Amino acid sequence: MTTEIARPASEEELAAIVASAGREGEPLEIVGGGTRRGLGRPVQAARTVDLSALSGITAYNPAELVMSARAGTPLSEIEAELDRNGQMLTFEPMDHRLLLGGDGEPTIGGVFAANVSGPRRLSAGAARDSLLGVRFVNGSGEVIKSGGRVMKNVTGLDLVKLLAGSWGTLGVLSEVTFKVLPKPETSATLVVSGLNDAEAAAAMASAMALSVEVSSAAHLPTSVVNRFMGGALGWEPATLLRLEGLEQSVMVRKEKLARAMAAYGDSRLLNAQESATIWREVRDVHPFAADRNKPVWRVSVAPTIGHQLVAALRLRTGVDAYYDWQGGLVWLQMEQDVEDELLRAFISKLGGGHAMLVRASDAVRASVEVFEPQPAALAALSTRIRAQLDPAGILNPGRMTAGPAGSGGADAPVN
Amino acid sequence: MSEMIAFLAPDPAILKRRAAILADIGDMLPPDALVTEARELVPFETDAFVSYRRLPLAVALPETTEQVAAIVKYCHREGIPVIPRGAGTSLSGGAIPQEDAVVIGLSRLNRIIEVDLPNRCARVQAGVTNISISQAVDADGFFYAPDPSSQLACTIGGNIGMNSGGAHCLKYGVTTNNLLGVRMVLFDGSIVEIGGKALDASGYDLLGLICGSEGQLGIVTEATVRLLAKPEGARPVLFGFPTSEAAGACVSEVIGTGIIPVAIEFMDKPAIEICEAFAHAGYPMDVEALLIVEVEGSEEEMDAMLARIVDIAKRHGVTAIKESQSATEAALIWKGRKSAFGATGRIADYICMDGTVPLGQLSHVLKETSVIVAKYGLRVANVFHAGDGNMHPLILFNANDPEEAHKAELAGNDILKLCVDAGGCLTGEHGVGVEKRDLMTHQYAPADLRQQMDVRSAFDPKWIFNPSKVFPLEGRQKQ
Repeated sequence: MTTEIARPASEEELAAIVASAGREGEPLEIVGGGTRRGLGRPVQAARTVDLSALSGITAYNPAELVMSARAGTPLSEIEAELDRNGQMLTFEPMDHRLLLGGDGEPTIGGVFAANVSGPRRLSAGAARDSLLGVRFVNGSGEVIKSGGRVMKNVTGLDLVKLLAGSWGTLGVLSEVTFKVLPKPETSATLVVSGLNDAEAAAAMASAMALSVEVSSAAHLPTSVVNRFMGGALGWEPATLLRLEGLEQSVMVRKEKLARAMAAYGDSRLLNAQESATIWREVRDVHPFAADRNKPVWRVSVAPTIGHQLVAALRLRTGVDAYYDWQGGLVWLQMEQDVEDELLRAFISKLGGGHAMLVRASDAVRASVEVFEPQPAALAALSTRIRAQLDPAGILNPGRMTAGPAGSGGADAPVN
Repeated sequence: MSEMIAFLAPDPAILKRRAAILADIGDMLPPDALVTEARELVPFETDAFVSYRRLPLAVALPETTEQVAAIVKYCHREGIPVIPRGAGTSLSGGAIPQEDAVVIGLSRLNRIIEVDLPNRCARVQAGVTNISISQAVDADGFFYAPDPSSQLACTIGGNIGMNSGGAHCLKYGVTTNNLLGVRMVLFDGSIVEIGGKALDASGYDLLGLICGSEGQLGIVTEATVRLLAKPEGARPVLFGFPTSEAAGACVSEVIGTGIIPVAIEFMDKPAIEICEAFAHAGYPMDVEALLIVEVEGSEEEMDAMLARIVDIAKRHGVTAIKESQSATEAALIWKGRKSAFGATGRIADYICMDGTVPLGQLSHVLKETSVIVAKYGLRVANVFHAGDGNMHPLILFNANDPEEAHKAELAGNDILKLCVDAGGCLTGEHGVGVEKRDLMTHQYAPADLRQQMDVRSAFDPKWIFNPSKVFPLEGRQKQ
């Protein structure tokens, strides 16, 4: 089918487009830079709303640690402006282009709509934790404001969090306001070598129990370690512990951390530059970029469960895996089939969590639950919420779930 | 005093059926778990927003989630309002009942169910006090970060209801940033688990929505919270300044240069005097404004960070610097700050505002606050979280003087409008409750408020949960 593309240049234009689609019951696909279009279930819509013209930083006073930008603003523009002022997005959003392909420009609206975070999420919170305020257009075409420009705000229901990670199914973000933080003065990464997955989980847990403020903790098993940093880490499994902060702090803490980790294995230090490289590669799922035909899952479980899940899966099917977030975020590449039922059965058996199918063909993503299915009561609740914000079900229909019983809310009939 | 804020009028049909309702609810509970005598209901008639009082129909004190679910299911069916209650420390009237409502008090759900140190989380029942979580894991070197001043008494369920903050949330965030999961009773009595031990959950961010929903979306009976490793050491330092503006500018520069202390608390002269008289913390008395800046880490780290802060403070004309020399001194410094409200209560009645403003607006808002309060012929003491712009002007008045009490409320409303107009919000951590309900229209356009109410309806179609709160009574759509 041919897709008509609308490129609103203002919030008013956006609202008019959505209002008219709402009246007609005409489904819309919402797109920023299109770099995450391959995430979630494929959306069936005859019209696409492209937000790239709704662009630009609208407010930024570095001393207040807050920035506002229109949703279609390229992430690169935001990061460059923050960089000029020695600041950053603390949640370190992943860039999906390496894993999924594509050459679009990620937008700040897309980052928040998908609640995209990176390795520092372990200590600094997710994208949703940095999001302070939103303006969005709901499914009826009304412009709605929630939250604001201040760090602490409990005035009314937190629709900001609801919109974060709603994948454009509750409203179209038009402007976002978020917290930023000064960049750490320096960083260093301790690499503990030679640990198997279970030992690494124990080592990471004990590192996080120290008062050294490890900001990120990841484990790269033998099967993937050589695919990081151009092979510079060798073939020994590597457990990564990142320290960030003032020069003096990092200096003191890295020694303390190294002493404590000596009980687990030999370790060495990566300097600030190497540290930046390795964490970017961990963030962007570097080792699974090579073969885009293989399905990739993003699994979130309790930190000590990650390695148990992988061990259980390995007895049944071919998988490759590495761990972020102290072991709780498992990046899983399947050798052949997606194995959604097997994977989800093990997750459930090991105490719960959720799996999202991040990479698979459109056909596969249309036929399996891309997002973890929710229990009936929660799915029904989500459907009711969606019905309130998008009564006609026109916004990104089908993106989160296939049917009305699912967690992403009811779908509009697609003509 | 005359009441400025209206509650929903009690439903006469419910009042008339009181005996039958109490009998039904009594059947769902163990013996001694339903409070019905007027004399025994008095402790539940208000919370820390003491200007308003209502005796509820009854207070249920369930011991299990299933008992909570049974009562909620019944009340939903019968259209009886339900008011969830933790320790009743709300400063905004979030736990004040109404005459036709059943209070569900969670004080008997007070067990720590599980401490899971390798996964750095604890699963607790909703009636567990905030401090007891940190106490339970203290010996293992962990703590639970959000630390509202009422942490000795307030419960985790209440913290979730109000998305409570505290002095140390500059670094560690508020409740919503430290909450991993909840077990919750929905309007129809169904029991759901949202989130868990993983850092994120599937589907919409219901956890984020529930946190700070002021008991209007359901009743949380259990929570999984994040634990953090305790810092090696912490050192609060006092910085005295000749003007509030100088203190404010110092705060901005410290944060702007990339130093994020764990806490930056501000007190003006009246607040210093009140707190010093109470806690004898050694606060300097010859300054107009005081900052308590707390840094954390090893001795070397704290020295390094403090040296930088001292440099900045000197550039802003600091006149007194006092480092705590011992754990006892540090504890005293915090005792003074954390008992600010209680200490103020010893010398006068007060209402405490909670507006938050962008950091760049602090000086302006402080100055205008004095002007507003002076206009009403009242006094104000300011003590607040400067690092995140969360102001707490305490407006002092005499509650026995109805006219003065009325003026205090008016002054409070003016101050909150000032905060909103300065780009801030009505409430940073205390919640809207009844106190700020009618000011919501000042912060939100009708469509914004209606959208929030729509979401509320998705959780609670009959609006039985805490119905007099948060949303102005006028302009609610018929449910």
